[in-house]
Amino acid sequence: MAKKVLVAMSGGVDSSVAALLLKEQGYDVVGAHMKLWDFIDVGGDIYKDGRCCTIDSITDCRMVCDSIGAPFYVLNMSAAFKESVVDNFVSEYHRGRTPNPCVRCNSDIKWNTFLKKARELGCDYMATGHYAKIEKLSSGRYTIRKGIDGTRDQSYVLWGVSQEALAGTLMPLGEKLKSDVREIARKHNLRTAEKAESREICFVVDDDYRRFLREWESKRGARQQPGEIVHEDGRVLGHHEGTAFYTIGQRKGLGIAHPTPLYVKEIDTDQHRVVVSDNDSLFTTELTAKDVNWVGVEAGLRPFEAEVKIRYLHQPAKARIECLTDGTVHIIFEDKQRAITPGQSVVFYDGDILLGGGVIA
Amino acid sequence: MKPVYLDHNATTPVDPEVVEAMLPYLFEHFGNASSVHSFGRDAKVALENAREQIAAVINCDPQELFFTSGGTESDNIAVFGTANHLRGKKDHLIIGATEHPAVLEPAEFLHEKQGFAMDLLPVDGEGFTSVADLEKLITDKTALVSVMHANNETGAISDIKALAAIARARGVLFHTDAVQSIGKAKVDVKDLDIDMLSLTGHKIYGAKGTGALFIRAGVKIAPLFYGGSHEKKRRPGTENVAGAVGLAKTLELADQRREDDNTRIVKLADYFIEEVSKRIPDIRLNSPRKNRIPQTVNVSFLGTEGESIILSLDIKGIAASSGSACTSGAVEPSHVLTAMGIAPVEAQGAVRFSMGRSTTKEQLDYVLAELPPIIERLRELSPIYEKKN
Repeated sequence: MAKKVLVAMSGGVDSSVAALLLKEQGYDVVGAHMKLWDFIDVGGDIYKDGRCCTIDSITDCRMVCDSIGAPFYVLNMSAAFKESVVDNFVSEYHRGRTPNPCVRCNSDIKWNTFLKKARELGCDYMATGHYAKIEKLSSGRYTIRKGIDGTRDQSYVLWGVSQEALAGTLMPLGEKLKSDVREIARKHNLRTAEKAESREICFVVDDDYRRFLREWESKRGARQQPGEIVHEDGRVLGHHEGTAFYTIGQRKGLGIAHPTPLYVKEIDTDQHRVVVSDNDSLFTTELTAKDVNWVGVEAGLRPFEAEVKIRYLHQPAKARIECLTDGTVHIIFEDKQRAITPGQSVVFYDGDILLGGGVIA
Repeated sequence: MKPVYLDHNATTPVDPEVVEAMLPYLFEHFGNASSVHSFGRDAKVALENAREQIAAVINCDPQELFFTSGGTESDNIAVFGTANHLRGKKDHLIIGATEHPAVLEPAEFLHEKQGFAMDLLPVDGEGFTSVADLEKLITDKTALVSVMHANNETGAISDIKALAAIARARGVLFHTDAVQSIGKAKVDVKDLDIDMLSLTGHKIYGAKGTGALFIRAGVKIAPLFYGGSHEKKRRPGTENVAGAVGLAKTLELADQRREDDNTRIVKLADYFIEEVSKRIPDIRLNSPRKNRIPQTVNVSFLGTEGESIILSLDIKGIAASSGSACTSGAVEPSHVLTAMGIAPVEAQGAVRFSMGRSTTKEQLDYVLAELPPIIERLRELSPIYEKKN
């Protein structure tokens, strides 16, 4: 009997083609859309097209599934998403950190709630339209390799996925280029073939996270506390309306007049201060990672060398990785790195093999 | 096995006799019922004949019956129409806690955006609307009491006659949404002594987009639409003559067949309830055993999510539901079961099986064979279910 797979469908071209390819490979495909949030809760422009979780996207999934001969369901996961992803997103900014909600959504929602749903529906696997490859190494561990389309590599947001979850997942687009995927969609007349990408945070529909925080909090009767913007040499340069509206390395929108360019170096939530400096001062060589998940290797006692990424669009940099006994990881870069940002993911690679990752402390 | 349809409370296939009755009014008698020429006259006569037939079934005067596009529209006209007419004089609404969204959401809108006070009338553990609480909640400021006749999720039939009598004694208008009961239970507006009643054809083998609102003579409502004098200005718009003729036929057939259909379906439903109880441990029957639309069997399977059961059943070719279907298809927790005081862990495992004319014992046996392994699988994966040994 054909293996059954539950495909996570966003309404975009990638997951549409993932479902199609699996169907062609002989799997018994079931499509499902995760409903994660409502416009009424997240605000923003309800009329903006092309977003996941809109009725139009759901209709796109439904019609694509019908054309490839797969049943389709909408799974309401908004309660879990709010609790695990959105609340954390807000509280991380409050702690002066810059979160990666997609990472959390992957490990808590896609590769937990959704995978569980797949098992409940009697599926052998779940699948996604990520441009990445899942591989079993000779060590017996599962890892993620970067997909062949280097420009679409999504491995950075996948480091939190557990071994057990990887063993139950298919990613049929790992061997494809984005241009191939669109071509396949066109050839099969999938209605999502020309659909634009959405690569920002899905529930911040206008990509304005400050607007989101402001509205989210005012609905809940909370508000940001204003404070000072201070130069690292101690001079008070101006005032801000809340530390949550700032992120490390930020230059624009500081609202202070200064002869030389200034950047956010540090966010001090205890004293409600935003500390700024010149660009050189943003460069450091070390960081500590917590909440670490090992993917391609097990936690080891001996330090090892790896290429390390500290943000989504970061060129991996050589570093030495040391596992500490408390489960955290100490990372020392060969060269100084700009704006190491607490809350962001730090991901370790050996070439194109994902070794593991964590959250910058 | 052909797919098994156990979602008759959502909608039903149209009876061929209904289609046959409608066809002439789509082809040769296609006229606009408002036109003065012979084409218009033919259409108008058919429309008024349909009105008379339907009026006879629910025991009202034909002048008291207004055609609409269905249950949602009838409910909206009743709630908004009454509120808009009485606005400034009376500003309080009493709404059944287990109403369909077509009643609940208009009332919530009036409450949240337009300053109306609103009380939800509670139900008991079996889903029957509380008569005693209406006595307590009703005031001289109450504009409307709206309580559904039969509930769509559980099938519970509330004592509309007793509720309406309380409203009548206080001079308050009473509306009932009879979308789930019409044709399946006796509906007599004079006996119930109510002011307004919503009905539709598509739950009883009629066409979608057909419906009516009974408004007792003398009851004033403000219309929602403007644009002509159709339906005495209560509902302007070119009349759906074929739909009205179809609705009349639908109600005529339902009335004729009701006893036979119900006798057969009561047996099937009892068989199904008993077999499910025998084959699957830890269930809770959410439908009342008596005083319900017999075709409705709502069961919770403890330690599971209704959503997963319904999707797993669909994969096996069995169509059931866990409440009102919504636009996106996402399953929301049921406000009906919550109002009945059912704990969330029990409510989330609820599935509604609703039978109909096409339902056979063989179909139910297929469901009874497929259901236990699905429940077992879900319970094995459930973090909250513990097998009692």
